Amino acid sequence: MTGQNANGARQATAAPDPQVPAIELRGISKAFGPVQANKDISMRVMPGTIHGIIGENGAGKSTLMSILYGFYKADAGEIMISGRPTLIPDSQAAIAAGIGMVFQHFKLVENFTVLENIILGVEGGGLLRPSLAKARAALKSLAEEYELNVDPDAVIEDIGVGQQQRVEILKALYRQADILILDEPTGVLTPAEADHLFRILRNLRDEGKTIILITHKLREIMEITDTVSVMRRGEMTATVKTAETSPEQLAELMVGRKVLLRVEKAPATPGKPVLEVENLRVVDAAGVERLRGVSLNIRAGEVLGLAGVAGNGQSELLEVLGGMMPATGQVLLNGQPIPLSGPHADGQSRRAAGIAHVPEDRQRKGLIMDYAAWENSVFGYHRDPAIGRGPLMRNAAILEHAEQQMQRFDVRPPNPRLAAKNFSGGNQQKVVLAREIERGPDLLLIGQPTRGVDIGAIEFIHQQIIALRDAGKAILLVSVELDEIMALSDRIAVIFDGRIMGEVPADQATAQELGLMMAGVATGKAA
Amino acid sequence: MERMPKWADVVLIPLISLLLAAVISGLVILAIGEDPINALNLMVKGALGSTYGWGYTLYYATNFLFTGLAVAVAFHARLFNIGGEGQAMLGGLGVALVCLYLPWPHWSLALIAASVGAALFGAAWAFLPAILQARRGSHIVITTIMFNFIAAAFLNWLLVGPLKPRGAMDPSTARFPEAVHLPSLHEILAPLGISFSKAAPANVSFLVGILACILVWVLIWRTRLGYEIRAFGHSEPAARYAGISPTKITVITMLISGGLAGMMAINNVMGEAERLVLNATEGAGFIGIAVALMGRSHPFGVFLAAILFGFLYQGGAELALWTNIPRELIIVIQALVILFTGALDNMVRMPLERLFMALRRRRA
Repeated sequence: MTGQNANGARQATAAPDPQVPAIELRGISKAFGPVQANKDISMRVMPGTIHGIIGENGAGKSTLMSILYGFYKADAGEIMISGRPTLIPDSQAAIAAGIGMVFQHFKLVENFTVLENIILGVEGGGLLRPSLAKARAALKSLAEEYELNVDPDAVIEDIGVGQQQRVEILKALYRQADILILDEPTGVLTPAEADHLFRILRNLRDEGKTIILITHKLREIMEITDTVSVMRRGEMTATVKTAETSPEQLAELMVGRKVLLRVEKAPATPGKPVLEVENLRVVDAAGVERLRGVSLNIRAGEVLGLAGVAGNGQSELLEVLGGMMPATGQVLLNGQPIPLSGPHADGQSRRAAGIAHVPEDRQRKGLIMDYAAWENSVFGYHRDPAIGRGPLMRNAAILEHAEQQMQRFDVRPPNPRLAAKNFSGGNQQKVVLAREIERGPDLLLIGQPTRGVDIGAIEFIHQQIIALRDAGKAILLVSVELDEIMALSDRIAVIFDGRIMGEVPADQATAQELGLMMAGVATGKAA
Repeated sequence: MERMPKWADVVLIPLISLLLAAVISGLVILAIGEDPINALNLMVKGALGSTYGWGYTLYYATNFLFTGLAVAVAFHARLFNIGGEGQAMLGGLGVALVCLYLPWPHWSLALIAASVGAALFGAAWAFLPAILQARRGSHIVITTIMFNFIAAAFLNWLLVGPLKPRGAMDPSTARFPEAVHLPSLHEILAPLGISFSKAAPANVSFLVGILACILVWVLIWRTRLGYEIRAFGHSEPAARYAGISPTKITVITMLISGGLAGMMAINNVMGEAERLVLNATEGAGFIGIAVALMGRSHPFGVFLAAILFGFLYQGGAELALWTNIPRELIIVIQALVILFTGALDNMVRMPLERLFMALRRRRA
């Protein structure tokens, strides 16, 4: 980055010039290793507006905002705040430049009061009393001005998420932020709380604040923003006035007309139902309902693709079916109910019942990174009587079997003694896939099969999934890559906010229609 | 890629750490006006120079073997069992009850029963912290420390009250009957024509300790349970994915760990004192932590580290006996060894890793 105003000292600008952008990004680029997270991004955000940024997961929205807030350093490009080139090496500099950020996951001290959280880091002086009094007065006027009412003496852990979010906004305003960035702010809110938040944001805008709203929900973009920028694969594909666009156009810009992945496959010949899910509900530790009555079914010999932006309940669905999370509702496997809570709702019971699971996060869940490949080759199946004698494991036999398995699945290098962490992402995935496919499960749950996987391995993994389908098995495919869902699935269901938005046969699905459903807009064909 | 060869990790780092600890200990001894070379000589001679010295070294080592294994097993599940001290005290109670209140025809049967009793009592003492950790998330470090104090107070009460023979003046149980006397190394080795000091306390428990090392090795690296324990230690989300219950593994691991710590009592209570006295464990539970750290939680490493600490204990006692070096300095030396092998591990590791990386690059 270039620029002179390194210390970020900000002069009080009483009335910002409405012609000068509050924020202007010029040619911002950022790469993480070989992954280009942001490619030559330029964007102008005018003062006193609400500017939306929309895009799929991994489109680069969060990276861009992290650069703006000083968490990452851009490889190239320039940031102008109110027309002045500004260096933002850390979040202190961002705050000094008048930027406030409200994260998706709040950064509050749970056992502090609202007031204590607000002055945290800006206490100013050794004694707390004067700054608390000052904050109390400031809070009062902010509350009246913007409908930002919270009890200043309430302890954070006692108030709801909507109020906690208001505290985050208050924190930013108390630090004199003129530019407020909100990252997926409605993800944890109820609809009523979200409406309240939007009223607050409108009030803030009307008072001349500039707001950047990062979201994947089209409804929010249409409802509240003045302008919207669309990001796709690290690039900013368009910036348009919200009034001049439509959800359909945005969905298309967001998903794009990418080169379609081609997977050779014969038409499916679905057999009897293998998995029948009825009214599945999950409430997480924070009390938020993650699955709100999901129903779906998969037949033998078909792939059901579950599309959706990450965080809409698909991970929970996989974990419930894989026995990692309790739930309520009903799940039938081959017509037989499987327990959703209690001691038999665990991964080993699921495997015994014929459900194999390739988890979304293979490094944290699917593998023990410090275990050798051969040890990982029985992970989850290590109680199988066939691989040992009583309490003992037949290590030599497992090792030998793993070696053959690695040859068959083309794991490179085919060395079973190597620890999992020393394989590339694609080869790690092959180790997991080999383990889960080889025992011929009736149902394969597979999450993000090719995330972080090199091109060569992607094709191989896709072939394995189709081969399993053709062997008459049922497959639930969860992926945030719409291309992958469209290429592999026989039917596609879309999950949004813990509900199935709709279901379409894969050969009739269009990216635009799926994109709309993924952003929470129901289409005529919703099931 | 591994940063450095395995042998460097297992052998070189502990050796360098030990050397550093020895050098600084030498400087401290020099500073109080004594000759460090002479001191080292005395320690070696006192601990290893005679079968009497060896007898004590191995006796201490046996204690550390059990407590070290206890900590090591828990480490594999990433549980930090600081409660070896309390568990070993309760193990002593188990041994005492078995030896005092049941008639035994032969020491071998008594040893088996006492081992079981010691393990059961030690495991029971580890059970509550384990279940609190597994179910309520109460940190096991805190609860096991607290349980050490409870154990000490509980044994205090027992030894001045219910377990003290009528009319006795010191807080201890009655002497165990002659039938449960464990053969010392002298008695074991004499028939083989090897003469070993009669006065030294090392006894057959040392062999039980070696057996425990082998069994722990089998448990950790050859059984399904050991596989689950290590998997849980590496990653709890992954364990959950594989259907390994975190609650169950936490409790089972701690029961094994507590049982091993408790079994130390067959050495110090049954083999040496032949009655249960106040503070019978003498801090061996805490030394077990250092032993497990230095032994890299591997049974063979624990074995070597236990011998080393046995040497330090016995050599230190000799030093205090024959020189003007105060007894407290021995604790300083032991602390330095713990500091360098445990806490300051990275100080040696990082430069060494860089060195090996540089060497590899040059070769490549």
